[in-house]
Amino acid sequence: MNRSPFHPSTFGSLFAAVCLSLAGCKPADTGGTSKDAGSGTGSGANPGKIRVGEYASLTGSEAAFGQSSHKGTQLAFEEINKSGGVLGRQIEHLVEDTQSKQGESATISKKFISRDKIVALLGEVASGRSLEAAPTCQAAGIPMISPSSTNPKVTEMGDYIFRVCFTDPFQGRLLSEFARKTLKAQRVAILSDTASAYSVGLAKFFKDPFMAGGGQIVLEQKYSSKDKDFKAQLTAIKAVNPDAICVPGYYTEAGLIVAQARQLGILVPIFGGDGWEAPQLIEIAGGKALENTYYSTHYSSENSDPLVQAFVAAFKARFNGETPDAMAALGYDSAKVLIDAIKRAGSTEGPKLRDAIAATKDFPCITGRTTLDASRNASKAAVILTVKDNKFKYVETVSP
Amino acid sequence: MLPRSQIVLLISLITAGIISASSSRIDDYILDVILGIGINIILAVSLNLINGFTGQFSLGHAGFMAVGAYAAGTLTTGPGKVWFDASGASPALLFPFVLFAGGLTAAVVGLAVGAPSLRLKGDYLAIVTLGFGEIIKVILQNIEWLGGSRGMVGIPSYTSFFWCFGAAAVTIYAAWALVNSTLGRGFLAVADDEIAAEAMGLNTTRYKIIAFVTGAFFAGIAGGLYAHLKGYISPAGFDFNKSIEIVVMVILGGMGRHVGVVIAVVLLTVLSEKLRDFGDKRMIVYSALLILLMLTRPQGLFTWKPARKAITG
Repeated sequence: MNRSPFHPSTFGSLFAAVCLSLAGCKPADTGGTSKDAGSGTGSGANPGKIRVGEYASLTGSEAAFGQSSHKGTQLAFEEINKSGGVLGRQIEHLVEDTQSKQGESATISKKFISRDKIVALLGEVASGRSLEAAPTCQAAGIPMISPSSTNPKVTEMGDYIFRVCFTDPFQGRLLSEFARKTLKAQRVAILSDTASAYSVGLAKFFKDPFMAGGGQIVLEQKYSSKDKDFKAQLTAIKAVNPDAICVPGYYTEAGLIVAQARQLGILVPIFGGDGWEAPQLIEIAGGKALENTYYSTHYSSENSDPLVQAFVAAFKARFNGETPDAMAALGYDSAKVLIDAIKRAGSTEGPKLRDAIAATKDFPCITGRTTLDASRNASKAAVILTVKDNKFKYVETVSP
Repeated sequence: MLPRSQIVLLISLITAGIISASSSRIDDYILDVILGIGINIILAVSLNLINGFTGQFSLGHAGFMAVGAYAAGTLTTGPGKVWFDASGASPALLFPFVLFAGGLTAAVVGLAVGAPSLRLKGDYLAIVTLGFGEIIKVILQNIEWLGGSRGMVGIPSYTSFFWCFGAAAVTIYAAWALVNSTLGRGFLAVADDEIAAEAMGLNTTRYKIIAFVTGAFFAGIAGGLYAHLKGYISPAGFDFNKSIEIVVMVILGGMGRHVGVVIAVVLLTVLSEKLRDFGDKRMIVYSALLILLMLTRPQGLFTWKPARKAITG
């Protein structure tokens, strides 16, 4: 009656596999636990290395941001290890790639915490992936610092989750100030990306304060990430003749939008947020089209502050003359804030380290003096950049 | 006396329950990987029903998974939470109903997509299902109360070893029982030669729809399990690449084979975790291994006998 040999053996192999993996993994893990117990708590007489995890999108669609941020973090840890480490111990910097993919961050954070016994986690650039790893860190009582996830929801996940960048509401408010005061724009059109949480959020956070301040949104147009042609939306925008256009998206589309707008003869200022921050922006749009465009970001490499210049020089020396962008600076800052907190806490235990990070006040970061507020967000200044002669130029600094 | 297959199912469920009871002793990372394997088994076995046994080519499995994930998430986290809390029952007991609701929603969507498009043959179906996956993604991105493109946050972790592998066991059993039934002969006949099957008086569209809707149902269950394992879902995570991942598991396991597909899922998931040491070169190594496997075993990794046919000589 039961002719198929498939069925029983399927279950057999299924459970054999599960049992094997359980049997194979458990002893190794307990071994790891006892071995790392001393270094994990930091109170042992045998101070080993302090393990810090970093998860970053080293490959995939956000790789440009992820790589930059990772290099910054790497540089910070190399510097601190060269100068003798922290609390007399070296830092072991563990890195995992999220492939810009959903599902990876949760697995990676669990691996870092249960197997590698990290004391703190750094990452990610994209808010979606920070949101995925945050619950694990919160549940395990391991502090997590995101270098550049700007979505407000991220730090709402719990009191162990921090960030060293400003949030989208702050950035939106700042852009609305900039549009009204510096650009003297009254009638603004918005072109946002429905596929990106960042873009949808930033558009809203720009719109609300701008309208409250007496400005007028004359037209809202949408596109979707990876679109290549924006002429339909831009023609509609041209017809209403706005004073300026707000494009709160990423550089890949923003570059094309600017280039196509200029082709259509739209010469009004176009501005956006930190998603524009990438050297590729100039390659995509062409320097000429980018004249009279502005974006808000976390820092400018032209800042004459000696701290910034020292960082730029060190980064160039380490990574073949590459100029660090905002993501690199924030990656560097996230590591520096953590190291400073470990120093002040005098310990790497979760609760103590958490309190020390929360107490970060006026810490000199590359991206400006950073204070972490009660909701664990960084409150700091932002800069506005423009493009002149194929180069990013500093326009102004806006304080919160 | 129960038939042997049902005894095996029962034993599997009991084993899953026993392991689940002591799952707190397994470390979080290993448990995450093991549950990931369970979810992938459900996805691959259910897709195998469509792509393997019935010989259709669906590229929309991640879309059904998304529907199930969001439907289940809506009940435990979204607007349905009110009802979920009001019922007063323990979440662990309600969870199977949540999963079932997710599966059912996916099945209904599967029927809506399948009924018109399964009249198409071969490549056309692939394109329709591919389009469907993208449409689901875009729709979810634009529904504000489901989190839009930011995704659904703070989904409770109800996925336990028992529910995950219990569902996997039921999926394998259902797929197996279906293929070995009269309906299954119909599936195989459609896969072998659609025109001949039609000439023999089979309503081929009906068989295709049954396979498709069943596949969608289990994909929806897998989605619900996934959402309550990772705690966070976003539309972008259920894209075309996710569908391809599942298709790769089915092809590597050998189309139309249960054991092969299950082993392929375990192998690919474990392999992808083991390759973490390669850092950002990981996916290059992984892809190279896939190419190598396909070149050396084009018939599927674990294939020693010819695939099942409706007519065996």
